[in-house]
Amino acid sequence: MAPGTLSGLLQKGAIWGFIVLELIFFSVAGEFLSLSDKAFMDLDNMLLLLKQSAPIGIIAMGMTIVMINGNIDLSVGATFALAAIVLLDSMTWPIFAGLGDGVIPVAMALALLTGIVLGAINGFIVWKTGVDAFIVTLGAMLGYRGLVFMYNGEQPTSHLNWTLVDLAEAQPLGLHVATWALLIVTVLAWLVMTRTVHGRNAYAIGDNREAAVNAGIRVGPHMMLNFMGIGFLAALSAVVFYSESGSVNPNDGELYELWVITAVVLGGTKLTGGAGSVISTLGGVIAIQLLRKGLGHIGADTETVNLVIGLILIAVLFLDRQLNIKGKEALKA
Amino acid sequence: MSDATPALRLDGIVKTFPGVRALDGVSFSVLPGEVHALMGENGAGKSTLMKVLGGIYQPDEGQITVSEVPVVMRSPLEAKAKGIVFIHQELSLATELSVAENIYLGELPRKSFGRVDWATLNARTNEILSRLKVGFGPGDRVGDLSIANQQMVEIARALTVDAKAVIFDEPTASLTDAEKVVLFDVIADLKKDGVGIIYISHRMEEIFRITDRISVLRDGQYRGTLETAKTNEEEITQLMIGRKLDLSRSEATHALGDVALEVRGLTVKGLYEDVSFEVRKGEVLGFYGLVGAGRTEIAETLFGLREPSAGTIHLNGEEVRIHSPADAIARGISLVPEDRKGQGLVLGMNCRDNMTLPQVDDLTAGPFVADGAEIAIFDQYRDRLDIRTPGWKQQVGNLSGGNQQKIVIGKWLSMHPDVLIVDEPTRGIDVGSKSEIHNLIRALAAQGYAVIVISSEMPEVLRVSDRIVAMYSGRIMRTFTAETVTEDNLIQAISGIAASAETAA
Repeated sequence: MAPGTLSGLLQKGAIWGFIVLELIFFSVAGEFLSLSDKAFMDLDNMLLLLKQSAPIGIIAMGMTIVMINGNIDLSVGATFALAAIVLLDSMTWPIFAGLGDGVIPVAMALALLTGIVLGAINGFIVWKTGVDAFIVTLGAMLGYRGLVFMYNGEQPTSHLNWTLVDLAEAQPLGLHVATWALLIVTVLAWLVMTRTVHGRNAYAIGDNREAAVNAGIRVGPHMMLNFMGIGFLAALSAVVFYSESGSVNPNDGELYELWVITAVVLGGTKLTGGAGSVISTLGGVIAIQLLRKGLGHIGADTETVNLVIGLILIAVLFLDRQLNIKGKEALKA
Repeated sequence: MSDATPALRLDGIVKTFPGVRALDGVSFSVLPGEVHALMGENGAGKSTLMKVLGGIYQPDEGQITVSEVPVVMRSPLEAKAKGIVFIHQELSLATELSVAENIYLGELPRKSFGRVDWATLNARTNEILSRLKVGFGPGDRVGDLSIANQQMVEIARALTVDAKAVIFDEPTASLTDAEKVVLFDVIADLKKDGVGIIYISHRMEEIFRITDRISVLRDGQYRGTLETAKTNEEEITQLMIGRKLDLSRSEATHALGDVALEVRGLTVKGLYEDVSFEVRKGEVLGFYGLVGAGRTEIAETLFGLREPSAGTIHLNGEEVRIHSPADAIARGISLVPEDRKGQGLVLGMNCRDNMTLPQVDDLTAGPFVADGAEIAIFDQYRDRLDIRTPGWKQQVGNLSGGNQQKIVIGKWLSMHPDVLIVDEPTRGIDVGSKSEIHNLIRALAAQGYAVIVISSEMPEVLRVSDRIVAMYSGRIMRTFTAETVTEDNLIQAISGIAASAETAA
């Protein structure tokens, strides 16, 4: 057995073990504390949980790639909101009046395009200026949110298209459309990161950028592509969510970047880049949603939920660090 | 000297890790006023021993004695308090702080309310700096100092305690020859003060220049101590690797082919000027000079990492312009960089992925990477270069320096380059693997590659090169052939002494 296999396995499996623990805990605790008589691990409840994981989860897939690549994107929440506005508002534009329900794909395409363009702007600035992605996307976060408010002031932007709502509420093969979107995005992201040249290069650049340049990899365009990808996914997340809700507040999507990063980090992706896994991120996303739902199930309020998630995040990272140190010492021998 | 009580004595030090006996009964002693070399291949146990001495690891068995007092050290701070001080290869300085603050970091003299007592701090620092005869003051910012001077700050830090033993770990790795002389003077001064010095280095010339005795480790075991004056390179090497080392240049001369690379008047403003040379297929062209002479910068220009401000590059007779490493690779120029870990390898990736990194674009089946094609390439170059690894899944970071270097070389050979540039081919590589890399470079030339070797080690350039370009301060001083070169005129050329001498090509 190669050295570090055990700790590697522990790390990779840890998030799923944690999920199982949560399920057991909330099922048992729910028996005593829950106000409803419904079991926690009820099928409908679990399906709902997956659906509710989708908005954060879809963005988290893009964030995993960007973070493995050695960057970060703080502007996803604002991109999410702006794409949502484009989706809902474009359906009311006079030029599309004659399209009927044909406006739906047009509005979706416009929303997704918005995400790609915003991501491209981030990526282009990171590429051409060499300024750290943290700073660039921090600026973008404020800037894009500014655009959201410029659009409609403090007012919500609303438009309900019942065909679209029906579409979003459909449950092909038992899963919600949002869940399908999350699963498909996860599989695609996994294929990209484990099977393609782009994925290979993303890891290489995140681990050692200079060596990647010296291997002839064009780092700038590569990173820009990843930012376009996460912009697209932030918009896709908005499309999935607002098709059903039909109304955006200008504050929507705030703190999404932090929830997304929490899920990615909980899944074991390194903040410094070069290591991480799309599948573990899915685990991170589900673990967080389980916590929220489970704590709600046993009667905790939102503030308590946030406190607990914060503590668990720190505890998990501490554990991960301990495992890493142990693994390294065994190697040095 | 031999009757004195040892400054530092090790008795039967044993340190085991799960599955490995890293140190297996190591015993030797360092006398006051002695420079004691500690040698051994990578993995021989030197680093573990240093960590034991530094209080980072606790030995399982054995006793460390400082000036006849048995000591137990549970932390680096305790080791320092007992008089054992380290000068690390990698400097650990706070570059934004002043020299004085760095020297007394953690022990700044204080006044009431925790205010720093600057007057005392600067006075004490001045005292130490004058002992070292350096050209900077207590208030200078460490980040503004040269690497050599930063090292002096580290040494100054060592002098703040009553050091019984000072351990230098590869101290000359990033120093120029002139800076080395200053360092050796400081070591001589420490010697005079009766400090015992452990000097770790792979560089034989330094070992013979400054040490009194040499202790050798192999496979975690102590293999003996030699008197420097009464031994030679061969004996030390044999003790280190447990067999005789073939230092001869074992090769039948092969015919040279056409000119592969021709450089005329190449200039990068401020770094080097008017550089002209050519390399033929089957030839090894050595570049020798001091650090900062412009050799690495020439390599970087050829590899597209720097834009030349003047001059031309011809590849196989055709003029080319190279704007990026991707350009260079596409045209058949490869660079094995100076800093293997920083510039050459992705340490967290496995052997195979590192080796195929530049060409993975072409190893696809549909949208996906073709695993089989990659493994085939890895297997081919593992066998050809004799890379020792448990398998392609092994992380490159876990390999020895020599095997890492072979991965980098294999990476470029698998791209079938015309010109292979190797910058410091054996930096940080142990003696046994060194000669293997040298033989490999000669073999590559014999196979028809045009090879450029940049090296700061004279024995290395002499051993591998067909011709040697001597550089000084951004200019080519002279180009030697195997017949015209001698150690003396090579040294003269790279120190700028032969500036007026006519060029012999």
